[in-house]
Amino acid sequence: MNIMVNGESMAWQPGMKVRDILNIRNYTFKMLVIKVNGTLVKRAQWDSYRIPEHAEVSVIHLISGG
Amino acid sequence: MNVYQNPYNVAKMKEAHKLLTELTYEKQPLKMGYANRTLHINVSENTITSKPVTQEMKDVFTGGRGFDMKLLWDATNENTKWDSPENEIVIAAGAMGGITQYPGAGKSIVCGISPLTGAPVDSNVGGYFGPYLKFSGWDAIEVQGIAEKDIIIFIDGDAGKIQIFEAPEEDVNSHLLAEQMCDMFAKNEQEKKAIATVSAGVAAEHSFFGCLNFSFYDRRRQVARLKQAGRGGLGTLFRHKKIKGIVCKFSQLQADSNHVADLDRIKEIAADYHRELYEEDDKQCDMRHVGTAHLVELMNDYDLLPTHNYKFGRHDKAQKITSHVWREMFTQGIPDGCWYGCTMQCAKSVDRYTLRTGPYKGDIVSVDGPEYETAAAFGANMGIFDPHFIVEANFYCDTYGIDTISWGTGMSFVMECYENGIINKEITGGYDLSFGRGEEAIEMLHKMARGEGFGKIIGLGIRRMKKLFVEEYGADAAFLQDIGMECKGMEYSEYVTKESLAMQGGYGLALKGAQHDEAWLIFMDMVNNQIPTFEDKAEALHYFPMFRTWFGLQGLCKLPWNDVEPADNGETDEPAKVPKHLQNYVDLFNAITGNNIDQQELILQSERVYNFQRVFNLRLGFGTRKHDEIPYRSAGPVTNEEYLSREERYDKQLKEKYGWDPTGKSVDERRLKMRFFREEAYQKLCDAVYDRRGWDNNGVPTIEKITELGLANSGVMEVLKKYYQ
Repeated sequence: MNIMVNGESMAWQPGMKVRDILNIRNYTFKMLVIKVNGTLVKRAQWDSYRIPEHAEVSVIHLISGG
Repeated sequence: MNVYQNPYNVAKMKEAHKLLTELTYEKQPLKMGYANRTLHINVSENTITSKPVTQEMKDVFTGGRGFDMKLLWDATNENTKWDSPENEIVIAAGAMGGITQYPGAGKSIVCGISPLTGAPVDSNVGGYFGPYLKFSGWDAIEVQGIAEKDIIIFIDGDAGKIQIFEAPEEDVNSHLLAEQMCDMFAKNEQEKKAIATVSAGVAAEHSFFGCLNFSFYDRRRQVARLKQAGRGGLGTLFRHKKIKGIVCKFSQLQADSNHVADLDRIKEIAADYHRELYEEDDKQCDMRHVGTAHLVELMNDYDLLPTHNYKFGRHDKAQKITSHVWREMFTQGIPDGCWYGCTMQCAKSVDRYTLRTGPYKGDIVSVDGPEYETAAAFGANMGIFDPHFIVEANFYCDTYGIDTISWGTGMSFVMECYENGIINKEITGGYDLSFGRGEEAIEMLHKMARGEGFGKIIGLGIRRMKKLFVEEYGADAAFLQDIGMECKGMEYSEYVTKESLAMQGGYGLALKGAQHDEAWLIFMDMVNNQIPTFEDKAEALHYFPMFRTWFGLQGLCKLPWNDVEPADNGETDEPAKVPKHLQNYVDLFNAITGNNIDQQELILQSERVYNFQRVFNLRLGFGTRKHDEIPYRSAGPVTNEEYLSREERYDKQLKEKYGWDPTGKSVDERRLKMRFFREEAYQKLCDAVYDRRGWDNNGVPTIEKITELGLANSGVMEVLKKYYQ
């Protein structure tokens, strides 16, 4: 089973949390906005929020630098 | 305080001065951000004149970069080259420049016809000169002509006097000249804060990418610090005019020197911002401790850190130059704003650094930076993962007047050429210029400063080096075109763009050349996948260049816009635009000038200047589709080595995105097929962007667009008629 992260397919695992996605994708940037199926997941919930099967996840990196 | 082994003698320098001309002028208070006159100096004829700023000029060109471009246009013609006497250095602050309440309001914008590209170039810079110039009574300064001997221009904004004098004894290198000007024109230590100097060093005389240094006196460090207008060779132009320094003295700075329309409103907006910055910066980019160097590890993590001339996007040794190293080397706990009131404090400095090489070996100095671009260029792109090399080379680039980006990217190109046998020790004068060779690289910098050997060749810049290597050493022109990271003659700044089509456009479609200051779209495009279609990318390549042009019209720094963001920015509809800060800028402009613009008018102000600058390019024979072409390495893998480094990603794209099955195909076949698709995509992107910007498919603004923007005066129409006949 897969989920979609920023439009790309990614393997889903039971019990998967938001933090797991960040670790797998090596998303180390601090200024992130994360939505799961359109619902905003606040930073305090990243370690606990469970990703459902077939979820659409957007991990929006805000622009800085440049 | 810097410690020099060979102290200078200011009294002796003053004795050698020969006054060429002077002008006293009546000082007038500013009106709502404008001085309403500009200063014109011709150093061939030793004339100093004042020009009025009309309401029409403000309505069409707004200020800052807009004024610069308008004045430069009027001073030059279709045949003007960078070294023509009529070419100018033009410096302006902008209407919002110099306010002390809101962060990042001390920028100067410098323009001129570029030695590097042949076209108009704009470059922004911190330091105190722009605001002091305006508070001395001038919205902009034009310097035209070529002096007979080395000169200094002194603008005394306290006394209302301008002098030009021959200055044979002062040093040319900026770290010394900036301090000498403080010692010469300040009555005491306290008054050194009132002195701001523009200068370029000796290497600017022997290269096409000389930078300008703008100083500000750091009272705590007791050092004249330097910020750089780096891009486009304006330092080269400066020294070509035989100018050692332009000095402005202004000691009467007040909270409302701009005489704004509504100071209380500015304070209200600023108080909220300062609180936000204080609360959020440590959690976000940590600008107050490491400045823009926080980007090194980030770019490495996202495969975007240019490594070995942009072949790769990361390196195992990158941790040797990431922000934890700079946090240790930068002096912490001392205010580091490059203009009053900037609580972002990101102008970091390595202090009490003992130089190891070159003419100042053994001197103890403060070194401004390194910023991200410098650390990335010298560290990863040249493959020299040594922070001490980076600091040493940063110091010498600054004081010699060399753009760290063009030198770093140029050296990376040279190193790849060396490793490919295109150049060898016989050509380089016995130097091994492979990636990672720090000692040899720094020696090339010193040679450039002396105008010697292969160091001087590097100073030609990549475009001219490509031609030389083909003509003199039999290099493969197509290969050099692919790996030479320049566009319009300007070297790329330090981001790998292969996986972001929008960012390829961010570089290729920028007016002045391959600088990222118009649009930095890699995250939106490559990581977030927020702008998947050509139309989406075109919209981003319209909006962001226009918005970011606006900073240059106003004398603002871009960093406070989005290097710290409101805690709830992510919950807004368009977080990439940072809507709250965008509205701050609209409100600030209105509070300063008494106008009543909205966000739409803000973009329109930029569009006028942006399109005018595109027409300026056309006037000089640039500015069409062929000039927006990019080297292929910006779009994809040039070599099999590069393809194999991302083989899985490329194979997947060929199959899923382009519908071409790579199974069983050779690396050469796959690489060439990828090239076909990516080059085709870039052309489609150009079509979409031109259309969105109101340009034809050759990249020329349409008559309708120019008319709509109120730019259809006789000079502009004369240029456009040549393209539409």
